Amino acid sequence: MTEFSLTAEDFERVSVERRVQTIVRPSLSYWQDAWVRLAANRRALASLYIVIALLLFTVAGPWVWTVDPTAQDLDQLSTPPGADRRAQIVEPYAPWNGVFATVTESLADTVGATAEIQLVQPASTQAVRLVWAPVLGASGYRVYRNVYDPAPDGAVGLPLAEIYDPRQVSYEDLLDLTPTRYWYSVIATDQSGREAEEYTTLAVDTIRVITAAEAQTRGLVDLETPLSLGDEVRVSFHPLGTDYLGRDMLARLMYGARVSLFIGIIAPFFFVLTGILYGSAAGFIGGRVDQVLMRFADFVVALPFLLFMILFKIAFGIGPGESGVVPMLVALVVLSWPATARLVRGQILQIREEAYIGASQLLGAKTHYLILRHMIPNTVGVVLVTLTFAVPTVIFVEAFLSFIGMGVAPPTPSWGSMCNEGIQTMLNHPHELILPAVLISLTVLAFNLLGDGLRDALDARMRSRE
Amino acid sequence: MYAYTLKRLIQGVITVWFIATATFVAMHSVPGDPLLNERGVNEEIRRNLEERYGFDRPIFDQYLIYMANMAKGDFGISFTQQNRSVNDIIREHFPVSATLGVLAIVFAGLGGVLWGALTALYRNRLPDVIVMFLVILGISVPSFVIAALSQLALVGLNDLVGFSVLPVAGWGSILHMLIPSLVLGLGTMAFLTRLMRSSMLEIVNADFIRTAYSKGLPPTRVFIKHQLRNAILPVITVLGPAIAAITTGGFVVELVFAIPGLGRFFVQAVQQLDYTVIMGTTVFYGAFLVFMVIAVDLIYGLVDPRVRLE
Repeated sequence: MTEFSLTAEDFERVSVERRVQTIVRPSLSYWQDAWVRLAANRRALASLYIVIALLLFTVAGPWVWTVDPTAQDLDQLSTPPGADRRAQIVEPYAPWNGVFATVTESLADTVGATAEIQLVQPASTQAVRLVWAPVLGASGYRVYRNVYDPAPDGAVGLPLAEIYDPRQVSYEDLLDLTPTRYWYSVIATDQSGREAEEYTTLAVDTIRVITAAEAQTRGLVDLETPLSLGDEVRVSFHPLGTDYLGRDMLARLMYGARVSLFIGIIAPFFFVLTGILYGSAAGFIGGRVDQVLMRFADFVVALPFLLFMILFKIAFGIGPGESGVVPMLVALVVLSWPATARLVRGQILQIREEAYIGASQLLGAKTHYLILRHMIPNTVGVVLVTLTFAVPTVIFVEAFLSFIGMGVAPPTPSWGSMCNEGIQTMLNHPHELILPAVLISLTVLAFNLLGDGLRDALDARMRSRE
Repeated sequence: MYAYTLKRLIQGVITVWFIATATFVAMHSVPGDPLLNERGVNEEIRRNLEERYGFDRPIFDQYLIYMANMAKGDFGISFTQQNRSVNDIIREHFPVSATLGVLAIVFAGLGGVLWGALTALYRNRLPDVIVMFLVILGISVPSFVIAALSQLALVGLNDLVGFSVLPVAGWGSILHMLIPSLVLGLGTMAFLTRLMRSSMLEIVNADFIRTAYSKGLPPTRVFIKHQLRNAILPVITVLGPAIAAITTGGFVVELVFAIPGLGRFFVQAVQQLDYTVIMGTTVFYGAFLVFMVIAVDLIYGLVDPRVRLE
């Protein structure tokens, strides 16, 4: 054992401290607490990220994807996303006189089916040239084209030509050709113009072609590159395809988002602001004034909302070149403020009776101090929740109005008007409807879930039961 | 109660008067002249038209004529449809819209209450998760998209079966009504489901439910008599706005499904600027909605004795 020499300094008195209650965690402000709650809510957080992504898409999108949303790409009308972009260089279009057969007069009563149809040259988007063997007894032919096989139900499709000369056994199709598969049906007609019961159909796969001059003027290749026949170039790139006028869908969705989200965010901002001012004035002044103000608010609430939106739009009238966004904003603000006003008034009335207001008044607080320090911060949570829920409602209203043709005027794109246009062609080109519809739904969904999350985080009384 | 009813009815009449006035003002502030649209209208025809519609009088006189006619229930003559009065249009086409709307309300109400109760009973289990996911979809997807997609689905279904199971568009038989009214009611159904679920969840743990069980009541009886009947009350309060939503939602559904309802005529009139039809149908719709909301409020007072109408 070693020896210790202990002195008085080695001993220290243990202090006796009575700590019954201590705050271990750092204290959180209202907003920090709300953020913690929001961050714990995975659905709300995910929708917050979606909202941020949508805003980025809207604001920064047009800088990244600089395609003009009004520019038409006539090579690619209604092209779905991910379509084949290859095009072959061909010679410029040269007229074709067609093929004429020598026909012997026949007295046959019935007209038979067309014998096989043949392609004269490879079918391309420049022209499809068809030749068929003459039909005995035919006094003419009708040529039809369809985009699906007419065999099952005899739907031969679009009538392309009525040929009255029985010697003409050829047809050149130049009409709106896109790279796809067409079914051409040639039906012989008799002297009184009746169609033969049997006919022949030829399936044709067209390939996209372009002349060297066109490729250069449209900027698909630079002017120095020598192009020879049969070379392959690529037509311009549209990541989400094009609409029925050949406009780039991605660019239109971005500009449409500008309109839809602009209305969806600015309109709620203004009517919530109006509602706050109106409601807090009514709640704070109270008495007679409050009665009158609230009667008026009740009255505005009773007005049928969408009918008045439509009336407003008609009354404003939209001149040429105007998009109609401003009338819609004004109408939304004028008709939507009472809900917020009621809510804020209720809050103010409640807060006015709180003990801390009395205490503050006792300490000599002035009215404006009471409003700024106590009233507004205590209503801000509720107001923020209202604002978040108002956004999807307004986006719906905008889409609804644009859909019935009362919203944003063309050519300004909005998601609602894009849906309206897309619905016309939804059977053949569903992407024109689905893309804007998905964006509307995603936005509305994100704002709804974010609103739920914010309500749970900010407003203890209205916390939803899950 | 009677005093309250009377007060609400007077308020309703004032609101309708305001709607009529606002419609009049809105129509008269439209830039352009409705009679100028007719190509080649000669001076005499034009004068006759003006006289017939009273356009040559001062605007206040026109307003008085308009209000007097409206008070008599005469909404005037359509500008674009030959020899058709607005009253005829409403009489012919409103029943179609009403049928569609009533069916949609029934779908929405029944569906909302049942799904809401179901999700509350299976809280946080698979049926709840699935139904609530569908509800969120129903709230987030615009009705015209649902209408268009359901048409696509019907086309696919009819193709698959080989004959027309359900018609894709049009009006006439009960089969025509089925899908459009379902589509029309879907958004409201989703909303009601959500409401019903939360009001059910509040009640499931209430004291009187525990008492009912402890008295030995069978679960179905507790469910129907105590839970459902109490939870359904908040659903009734939102029926007013729901009716409004379904009425205006009908515009779109009638347009997409080519149903000859009043909503489609209203939208067409708006697009063609058919002044008298717009004014007539707006006032008609407005009066309908205002009084429906009042009716729902009064019914709520009858259903829930705790609510005192004043």
